[in-house]
Formats: sequence, C-alpha cells, structure tokens
Amino acid sequence: METVLSVLVGLFFAVGIYLMLSKHVIRILLGIAIFGNAVNLLIFTVGRIVREVPPIIPHGFDVPPGPVANPLPQALILTAIVISFSFFAFLLVLAYRAYQEIGTDDTDGMRVAEPEGESLPPLGY
Amino acid sequence: MAKDTSLILMIFLPFIGSAMAAFFPSNARNAEAWLAGAVTVCGLVLASMCYPAIVAEGPVRAQIEWLPTLGLNFTLRMDGFAWLFAMLVSGIGFLVVLYARYYMSPEDPIPRFYAFFLAFMGAMLGIVLSGNLILLVVFWELTSIFSFLLIGYWYHNANARDGARMALTVTGIGGLCLLAGVLLIGHIVGSYDLDVVLASGDLIRSSDLYLPALILFLLGALTKSAQFPFHFWLPNAMAAPTPVSAYLHSATMVKAGVFLMARFWPVLAGTYEWFWIVGFAGMASLLLGAYFAIFQRDIKGLLAYSTISHLGLITLLLSLGSPLGLIAAIFHMTNHATFKASLFMAAGIIDHETGTRDMQRLGGLFRFMPFTATLAMVASAAMAGVPLLNGFLSKEMFFAEAIETHADSILDRVAPYVAVLASAFAVTYSIRFIHGVFFGKLPDDLPREPHEPPFLMRFPIQLLVLTCLVVGIVPGLTIGPFLHTAVTSVLGLATPEYSLAIWHGVTLPLLMSFLALLGGALLYLLLKNYLAHCEEGPPYFRQLKGQRIFERVMVAVSWRGARFLENRLGTRRLQPQLRLLVAVALIAAAWPLYHMSFGLAAFSWNLDDAVFSGLWAIGIFCAVGAAYQAKFHRLVALIFLGGAGLVTCTTFVWFSAPDLAVTQLLVEIVTTVLILLGLRWLPKRSEEFQTDAIRMAARLRRYRDLAIAVAAGGGMTLVAYAVMTRAAPPTIADYFLEKAYTEGGGRNVVNVILVDFRGFDTFGEITVLGIVALTVFSLFRRFRPAPDSVESPEQQRVQNATDEARPDRTAGETVSDYLLIPAVIMQWLFPVIIVLAAYLFFRGHDLPGGGFAAGVAMAAAFILQYLAAGTRWVEDRLRVLPLNWIGFGLLLAALVGMGSWLFGYPFLTSHSQYVELPLIGSIPVASAILFDLGVFSLVLGATVLMLIAFAHQSVRRLRASRIAAAEEETA
Repeated sequence: METVLSVLVGLFFAVGIYLMLSKHVIRILLGIAIFGNAVNLLIFTVGRIVREVPPIIPHGFDVPPGPVANPLPQALILTAIVISFSFFAFLLVLAYRAYQEIGTDDTDGMRVAEPEGESLPPLGY
Repeated sequence: MAKDTSLILMIFLPFIGSAMAAFFPSNARNAEAWLAGAVTVCGLVLASMCYPAIVAEGPVRAQIEWLPTLGLNFTLRMDGFAWLFAMLVSGIGFLVVLYARYYMSPEDPIPRFYAFFLAFMGAMLGIVLSGNLILLVVFWELTSIFSFLLIGYWYHNANARDGARMALTVTGIGGLCLLAGVLLIGHIVGSYDLDVVLASGDLIRSSDLYLPALILFLLGALTKSAQFPFHFWLPNAMAAPTPVSAYLHSATMVKAGVFLMARFWPVLAGTYEWFWIVGFAGMASLLLGAYFAIFQRDIKGLLAYSTISHLGLITLLLSLGSPLGLIAAIFHMTNHATFKASLFMAAGIIDHETGTRDMQRLGGLFRFMPFTATLAMVASAAMAGVPLLNGFLSKEMFFAEAIETHADSILDRVAPYVAVLASAFAVTYSIRFIHGVFFGKLPDDLPREPHEPPFLMRFPIQLLVLTCLVVGIVPGLTIGPFLHTAVTSVLGLATPEYSLAIWHGVTLPLLMSFLALLGGALLYLLLKNYLAHCEEGPPYFRQLKGQRIFERVMVAVSWRGARFLENRLGTRRLQPQLRLLVAVALIAAAWPLYHMSFGLAAFSWNLDDAVFSGLWAIGIFCAVGAAYQAKFHRLVALIFLGGAGLVTCTTFVWFSAPDLAVTQLLVEIVTTVLILLGLRWLPKRSEEFQTDAIRMAARLRRYRDLAIAVAAGGGMTLVAYAVMTRAAPPTIADYFLEKAYTEGGGRNVVNVILVDFRGFDTFGEITVLGIVALTVFSLFRRFRPAPDSVESPEQQRVQNATDEARPDRTAGETVSDYLLIPAVIMQWLFPVIIVLAAYLFFRGHDLPGGGFAAGVAMAAAFILQYLAAGTRWVEDRLRVLPLNWIGFGLLLAALVGMGSWLFGYPFLTSHSQYVELPLIGSIPVASAILFDLGVFSLVLGATVLMLIAFAHQSVRRLRASRIAAAEEETA
C-alpha cells in the first residue's frame, strides 16, 4: 500500500504544481488547495502508516498498551489543515478583490505596481 | 582615579556626549560647542593623567568581559604610541570644535554635526586604545560609518552625497578585508589580544597564512589612509564641511591606516612582501599625490592630494623595516597632523570670508587678512619642509632613510630620487597655495568682501602653527620625550639611538632638502602662468581619474550587472518565477539523491492493496480531472477538488488518524462553500477567443509545465516511498504517548499535544487565523470599492431579470423561497449541529474531536442558515458578532495561559482533573479545556467572519441598485 499511497501523494503534488503554474488566478487557487492536501499527506507518510490503531489511550491504561499511530505528524497536520484553510480563504478574497480592482484574473495583466513598458530603475550614478 | 576607569571613560564619554548632543535644539550652537569642547578637554585630561603611569610601568590596561568563552573581551590598552595618538585625537578635536563653532552657519543643523563629530572621535579613540583585534575592527568600521555621515553632512549637495558614498564604499570594503585579515592573524596566533599578538611576530611571519593575512590587513590600512591605488576617495571627500576635513583628513581618519601599520609593524614588517607592497603603495602615493596636488584649482583639493602624498611618505617609511624609519614615520604623523589641520582651517577661513576656494579666482588676500595669511604661510612652509619648522625635521629623517639601502631592489634604488622629486613638488604646491591666494592681483569678482575672521576662529590655527614652530626649533625639549615614549612602546628594546637636532652638519640629507627647495621654487616659476589658467587636474593624467574608474565599476556592479541578472533571471511575470522556483527545488532535491543514491526498497504490491488502490485511483482521477477541467469548467473542477479532499479524508480514517479525518471533512465543506461564494464573482472564460498561433504557443507552454509538474510529483513519490519503507526512528512522539494521560490528563494524544504540550504553537496558530479573518474582513469592509462600481454576479442578474419580467413578482422574490423543504430542514438542523459541536468539543480531550473540529462544525451550522434563508435573514438575526468571538477566543486562550503564572508555573501549563456532572457523567476538566474553548471560539469566529464578509457582497450590490432605483423614481 506504500507504493500506491506514494503515487497518490506524487500525483497530488504534480496536479497542484501544474495548476499553480497556470496564468489564471482561479486555477492557481485550485492548485493551492490540492497542493495543501499533498503536503498534508506527505507529512502524514513521514509518521509511517499503520491501520486501525489511532493514538488514543483506552480506559484503564495510562499508556497505550500496544503500538499506535504516530501522534506527532497528526498534530502537525491538524494545525496545517486549519492554517491552509485560512490561507486559502485569504488568497480567494485577495483574488476576488484584485479582480474587482484590476478587472482581470490573468496574472500577466496584473500590472498596477509594475506597469507595462515602464522604464528600468533609475541610474545610481 | 584608577587608570582603567579613565581609559573606559575616554572611550565612552564621546559616545555619551554624542547621544546628548543629538537632543539639543537645532539653534543651540554655543551649548553644543561647550558640550563638545568639554568632552574633548575631558579626553585630553584623562589621557594626560595616564601618562606618568605609562612612562613608569608600561601599558595601561582595562578589561570588561564580553564573550570570554570566545576569547573576546572589551580590552582597552594604552601605551606610549596610543597615548600620543589619543592626545592628537583629543587635542585637535578640541581645536576643531572651537573652529567649527564659528565656521558652521546658524542655518546648519548643528546637533547633527556635533553628534556625529563626537561619535567619530569616540570611534577613533576606540581604534587607538583597543587592546583586542576584533574590538579594533569594530571601531574601525564605526569610523567609516561616522565619516560617511560627516562627509555627507550637507546631504542636499550631490557632491557631498557622492563623496560620502565613495568614502564609505572604499573604506568599508577595506574594513571588511581588515576583519578577514585580523581573523587570520587571530587564527595563526590563537588569540585576539593585542599584547599576545604583538609578542608573536615570528610565529606570524613564518606562518603559511602570512601572505593572505598581510594582503587583507594592508587592504584595510591602505584604503583607510587613501594610499595608491585607493587614493581617489579622499579628494572627493572634500565636499565635507571644512572642520570635518580638518579633523578627519589631517589628524584622524586617514591616520588610522598608518597608525595600524605602525601598530603592527613589529609583527608584520621586515619581510620582502611587506617591503614591496607597502613600499610600492607608499612611493606611488608620495609621488603622484604631490604631482597631482600642484594642478588642483580647489584649495582643499590641493590639501587633499598633499595629504595623500604625506601619508605616502609615512607609508614608505614604514615599509623600510628599519627602526629609524618607524621613528621618522611616527614623528611625521604628528607633524603632518599639526600643519595640515591648520592649513585646512585656513582654507576654511578663506572659503568662509571670500565665498570661493578656487585659486584661479583668488589672489591678493594678504592685504585683507594679514594674520591668517602669515599663519598659513608658516604652516605651508612646514608642509614644504623649510628649516626651523617641524616638517623639515621629519623630512630630513626621511631623506636619511631613503639613501640607506634596506632591501636591494629597484624600489630601494629609486627611493632617494623619488624622495627629492616629491619634496620638490611639495615645495611647488606650497608656493602655489601661498602665492596664488595671498599675493598677486586682487580679483574684482569675489562673492564676498574678504576680512579677518573672529579671533577665536583663528585661535586654533595660531596654536597649531606655534606648535610647528616650537617643535621645529627646539624638538628635543618639546616633542622629544613624548616621541621617545611612543617609539619605545612600539620598538621596545630594539629602539636605536636617534637625534632630533636641527643641525647635523653638512650632510647628504641637508643637500637633498635644499635641492628640493630650490627645484620646487624653480618649477613654480616655470608653471606659474600655466597654473593661472589651466584646467582642473594634472596634464596627461586628467582623463585617468580613479573616481571615474570607481564609478564605472560601481555602475557595472550595481546597475549593469544587476540589470543583466534581472533581464536573465528576473521577470515581472508570475509563471516564470514559479517555474524557476519549482525547477530549482527539483534540482536541489535531485542533486544529492543522484550522488548519494536513494536506497529505495523494491516497489511491492499485493492483493490487500486492491481496496486502497481503488480508493486512491478515485483520488487520482479526481485530482487529474480537476486539473483538466479547471480551465473552462470550474464548477466541475470544484467537484473534483472536493472528491480529492474526500479521498484524503478517507486515507486519514484508514490510517488511524480520526482527528484529522473529522477536521479535514469539515474544512473541506467550508472551503467548498467559500469557493462557491467567490467563484461567481470571478470572470468566466470561454474557448472562442484564441487564434491558432496563440493556442499553439500556450499549449507548448503548458506541456512544459506539465513536464515540470510530473517530474516534481515523481520526485515526491520517491521521497514518500523512501520514507515509508524505512523503519521509524524513535521520536519525541513516544514521550507524548507516555505522558499524555499521566501528565496531560487526556486520552486523545493528538488533542493533548495541541492544547497542552505544544499549546504555545496552537496559540500562535489561532492568532494567525484571527489575523487572516480580520484581514479578509478589512479587505471587504474598509478598503472596498464603491457598491455601484461592482457588477452583480451573472446568476443574480438572471434572477432579477426573471423577477422584473414577471409583473406578479418583485425583485429578489425568486431567491426568497427556493428549496423550501430543504430550507426548513436546514433551519431545524441548527440546534442539532450545535449539539454535535458541543459533543465534539467535550470529547476532544479523550476521543477524536476538539476545539478545531467543533469550531468548524459550528461554522457549518451557520453556513446552512445562509443557504436556507439568505444573507439578510441571517445577518438580521446574528446577535453575537463573529468579531467578538475572535476577541473572546484569543483573550480566553491567553488568560488560561497566563493563569498558570498565578501558581508559579510557566505560560500555558495545564492542570487536569475529572468532574462529575449531573446527567452527563464524569468529564475531564483540565485547564486545557478552557484553552480549547478559546480555540473553538476563535475558529468559529474567524470562519463565520470570512463567510459573512463574502456573502455580504451580494447584499451590498442589491442594496446599491435599489437605492439607485429609488433615486431615479423620485427624480
């Protein structure tokens, strides 16, 4: 199952990167969403994968009686999920507002700070 | 006062004075001058007080521990040589303060001048008194920085800015070289303490690293002392106010380089390399500086080149490696400081009183300022080396050294001729200065009517010129003992016999002196007419300016090179940047793998995996589908995206991560809703508007992107597989598993990590979440465009058009009662979801759930209300604003964390116990649950705030159009 899971992770990465290399903000956004999933899964694999042993201590025990899944990557991913959600929301709003202001979702057309044909920085000497 | 205290005071007083001076009102000229004067006099007094001890016991030391483990201490050390320099720095500092009081005009921002001046003096004293090499370099760089600030004091003047920048660039780079050199020396010796280094000359000279250390060291010293080929910054630094030039470019800044060479003379000098490098730089500076000085039109330019020449003389003396040369060098350092400072001040007076420094415009000033003229004449005579003045004495010592043979080489053989030639040039430019400015025809177009300056402005010059005379006539009684102390402190037991007398009989040096005087005077007579009309700069060399070369290099490095790189690597488009980023990451990851191999286990697949494979095939299909459809069918892409998210979620369930699954599922829902809210506002794309050529180019580009993406994805596959097939190393996770229940009081280890072990991380994370929500909110609320400039989304326009077309409907009616039955169910679900959220929240410490999941679940309840009843309905009924939830959550989490301070524990220490509640039973109550409540509240507030901020957009547009319609009706 490691083989297939790692293929899944790699494919998520590939799709995310492919979409992020696009010119259009919406596709970049979708790419970031998939990329986030890919990263989370990758972190998850670092903790190794085991089935049906969640890191929960059963009643009557002070420590888990047998081997359990690695809780550390899980805690990391939990925060990562929430952070990537907020990051995504921020980007979405930014894209929306940028479209409102500039009238395009094409990153090549977003040239408020560096207008097309603007001269190069001034001479130092 | 203890000697070490006075040393420390000497360093710190100028800096304290500088900080005080900065806060004086801008017109407090007198108060500033009093303060600065007091600081310089304190320096003088403190240094004088140490003198008896230095003579009696040798160097005075003071030490403050700084980084003792690294062998770095704030060590101060004053021996005779340092004492002589400290006296020069403080004494001439005092005179310059007095002079500057009258020189600076009331319009100049005086506090800045004195603040920089005092700080510079402190840094200079630091160089002189440092007993630790690293400390010395620190002060060295400080002088570069403060000289930059002082040269650029009149920053409205472009020349001042350029000159300051050039000085900083050259001396700053030199300082960095010096640092490297000092580190090498420290590495050779094993200590940065000056005493230790000075005692290990043989060790350094015999080391393999001697040559690199020497070159780096000399780069520092020669740039600072404006020696060839780094001399060009000094004439450009003349844009500084004259008091600055009088101080920095006669007695202090440029002397730091030769001071350093003399300081390390016992350690570094005496080798063939030293002789060649230092000797060549010194001789070239001596000759070229003097030659260039003749042809300057600006008085300060003449003095600047003369300074280069005299420093070249000192450098040449130091290069010889003979103790007598060192004595002559130290003697000439003091002599040059006195006459050159007075000449700079005289130049400043002339500039001040006539409004120009151009010698071709000036003339005949003797009639108007006889005192100043007389003083300037005596000082120039000292510069030219006329007998009975101090310049003559050291110059004669120089001649005596020049005719000796030190290391048989071409350099040694030409030295006497170069010495005489350069001295003749010195005579020529001295005469030119005196004759051109004070005699001859009085010009009629002077900017101002010249007259004598106030007495106190002239006083510093008088004092300095008097020194020149007295030292020149009775050297043995005046400078003699102090010079002896200085020389013995450098040379120690190797100090040879020497004589400071004026008359040694008719010797070769005396003849050389007269030859130079005669030759120089004759040369002036020959050049007189040419000089009255010539262009700026020496003939033949006029085009070859170090300054221009420097600027070319600077333009090449800072502009052309930068532009080249920008054109090649930089782009203003996002995709190439991202592509580059991905490609570089790919190469950086692939490189070590290629070289050190992966150690991959064989890929294996068995029937067990079939189920997983099926699931993940769906995931892969979804992801690829999303990418494929993203261009034109965004809704489809969105559905695929949700599918990919669900596969991730199922993966988490399968592989023992229920917490992640719950959170991922909920977040997936909220994300989808957010995208749906946003998507309808973003532009749609259709396939029609593309010509074949563009389509072909775009397709090729996308194929390349695809290749990069597949390569990156393949790499990640390998990484993931390589990691998973290795046995897990022991990690901190084991600790968490052991202590989660016994110390954290929770059975769900993931949750305990979040709210207890790594509570501080979580605290930071929810803060980020809150900030993001507020940013989203402010993007919509504070910086929003006018409502009527925003188009409604298409779907809304269609709905409104339908409403308007039908007479039995009012606008907005279509939206009001769609999905009636689901809407009712969704409204009823509200309390149910609240209970679910509460359930998730309370079980969180022991079972999957927790603040994050509960918060997002609760937010989903609000989303359902939006779906069911519309934006306005919810907004009218929302009692507690999400903003307050965010504030409450953050505050609660912080207070819980701080609560542990009350019990003497660190921030966010948690306490746990079980509490029996009626009906519900025993629940764990840790203080962590309060923290988790904060997390819950913040997550809920942030999520809902983002949603309603987005959803509100459609209401605004609607409201705006309605207001516009109402206005039309009334009109």
